[in-house]
Amino acid sequence: MGSDRHTELGLKQEDLVEMYRLMLLARFCDERQWALNRQGKAPFVVPVSGHEAAQVGSAWAFEREKDVFCPYYRDMALVLVAGFTPTDVFNGLFGKVDDPSSGGRQMPAHWGAKNRNIITGSSPIATQVLHAAGIAYSKKYKKQDAVVGTWFGEGGTSEGDWHGAMNFAGIHRLPLVFVCENNQYAISVHESKQVAGRVYKRADAYGFPGAEGDGNDILDSYRLTKEAVDRARAGEGPSLIELRTYRFYSHTSDDDDRTYRSREEVEEWREKDPIPRFEGYLKSVGCLDDDAIEEMRDRAKEDVAEGVRAAGEAAFPDPSTAMTNVYGDVGAE
Amino acid sequence: MAIKTLIQAVHDTLVDEMRRDERMMLLGEDVGARGGVFRATMGMLDEFGPERVLDTPLDECLIAGVAIGMALDDLRPVAEMQFADFIFPAFNQIVSEAAKIRYRSNGDFCVPMVIRAPYGGGVHGALYHSQSVEAFFAHVPGLKVVAPSTAHDAKGMLTQAIEDPDPVLFFEHKKTYRLIKDEVPDERYTIPFGKAAVRREGSDLTCVSYGLMQHLCSEAAERLSADGIEVEVIDLRSIYPLDMDTVLESVGKTNKAMIVYEDTRFLGVGAEVSAQIAEKALFELDGPIVRIGAPHVPAMPYSPTLEHWFMLDTDRIEQEMRKLAEF
Repeated sequence: MGSDRHTELGLKQEDLVEMYRLMLLARFCDERQWALNRQGKAPFVVPVSGHEAAQVGSAWAFEREKDVFCPYYRDMALVLVAGFTPTDVFNGLFGKVDDPSSGGRQMPAHWGAKNRNIITGSSPIATQVLHAAGIAYSKKYKKQDAVVGTWFGEGGTSEGDWHGAMNFAGIHRLPLVFVCENNQYAISVHESKQVAGRVYKRADAYGFPGAEGDGNDILDSYRLTKEAVDRARAGEGPSLIELRTYRFYSHTSDDDDRTYRSREEVEEWREKDPIPRFEGYLKSVGCLDDDAIEEMRDRAKEDVAEGVRAAGEAAFPDPSTAMTNVYGDVGAE
Repeated sequence: MAIKTLIQAVHDTLVDEMRRDERMMLLGEDVGARGGVFRATMGMLDEFGPERVLDTPLDECLIAGVAIGMALDDLRPVAEMQFADFIFPAFNQIVSEAAKIRYRSNGDFCVPMVIRAPYGGGVHGALYHSQSVEAFFAHVPGLKVVAPSTAHDAKGMLTQAIEDPDPVLFFEHKKTYRLIKDEVPDERYTIPFGKAAVRREGSDLTCVSYGLMQHLCSEAAERLSADGIEVEVIDLRSIYPLDMDTVLESVGKTNKAMIVYEDTRFLGVGAEVSAQIAEKALFELDGPIVRIGAPHVPAMPYSPTLEHWFMLDTDRIEQEMRKLAEF
């Protein structure tokens, strides 16, 4: 038996199994959507592979019924934690009317669903971080027991919106957790040309704690985020968590990472794949054995296949609806 | 009923609405302790406290983005941009976010937010305290863009803006703040957007304007009346939604149309109004559609001679009206 790291974090074996299941779902959804893109069946894909531990680990620290998620486009694993299903993901991928984020209006991976407390997002970078600050201000004003989380890449930390939100959160000691998924590349631009100093250290300048962790270690990602969520819930203000990770595919299906990353570097990080790493842990603490893992993998693949099938059969939005929901009270012209 | 200046009407409406709805928040630069550089929020920090009256950091992008977040969580933020000229750092939040959130979420989310901003020139404000920015925002579906010209309308339209389910850009011409005084009813009322006001009836010429320009047009119209030329002056009040019905009805009667606006003439509000008149009432016209707007220089220069050159005045509007009337 390996050393138990999860019990002291307050995680039970059933939590670990569910976290593992969500990582698998994200990975298999991703592999499937990438293949669909290459087959010409999905025009645009934002891959998540490599980020599963950072996303599931950090999202698991929040309470689904009351906390609020302000994700960015790479956060498929995160929205699966927040209640999305593979069918939801593929409805978005295919632009179907049942896409919960937008009814097929937005590109895939622009997550949002009010009933799951996932705030609608866009393509301009880091705009959601200011929305998270406004929502956190609202929660504090209303004295609601709610913590807001917002996720972004290290490229997002260059935007003025991000600094504005950090500043505002620090001034008002908001119940807000900033989570940076630092995968070292903003499309092609390396962290060394993006970030002066270190992301997590910037929190110090805004008057609240920042910490860095191993984003390919789901328990480390959970631990750091949970501490931040607990602080926020206790009224002790915001935190910044930087989770170092790596994306296995290109930025999107329209990108070609061979123009800026060596195959050796990608291979080196694939060896640190968060999923086999977590499997190793699950086996070492006697949570799952090889057979159980195999069974869960098969089950997740089936769930993904079912999602692709259901979304494939779903309807496209009717163009006669395209003028709706422009305004709340002004009719179509 | 009391006579109020336009700024007093804005101030009093904000107070009334803050008292009425605890979800309403005021935020912006200097809105708290200072009560706003134009005193629109004077006394509100004392009455409503710092939780609801937020002196924000000097970051217009933050002001808009935080207000959007508040609105997403069902508060009713009324943000102030200190000068319309400074709204551009917030452009992305307003245009990419506030305007598109209802549409992109297929109605799942909405942004009931008001952004107030003093605009316009003739106050020695030079390039960066004089701009008219309404055309940038009126171009964007999802936003409502309004500009009251009277104290009475300022109250009714601001109340409407605060009640409105969508993001509203509420532009107040800073020269009207203390120049314009009129009767403001004590009771609460709203003026629905998309309803122009006919400020003066006439049969010879239709003159469309909004904001400060409405007053100059009405003055010029009075001068022409002395010579027996009757100009119908229409105050759009709301730029989007745009009340073309009132404009077209008037043009059908007068057969001549001019549009007067302080913003850059090229692709300004007048271009849209003019195009719609041409599309829908071409055969009613007895003369060319005339647009009077700002010259094509980046913004209003400072020196009094240069400002006078840039800024429309009643004399110039009168001349243009006479020319068109005689056409």
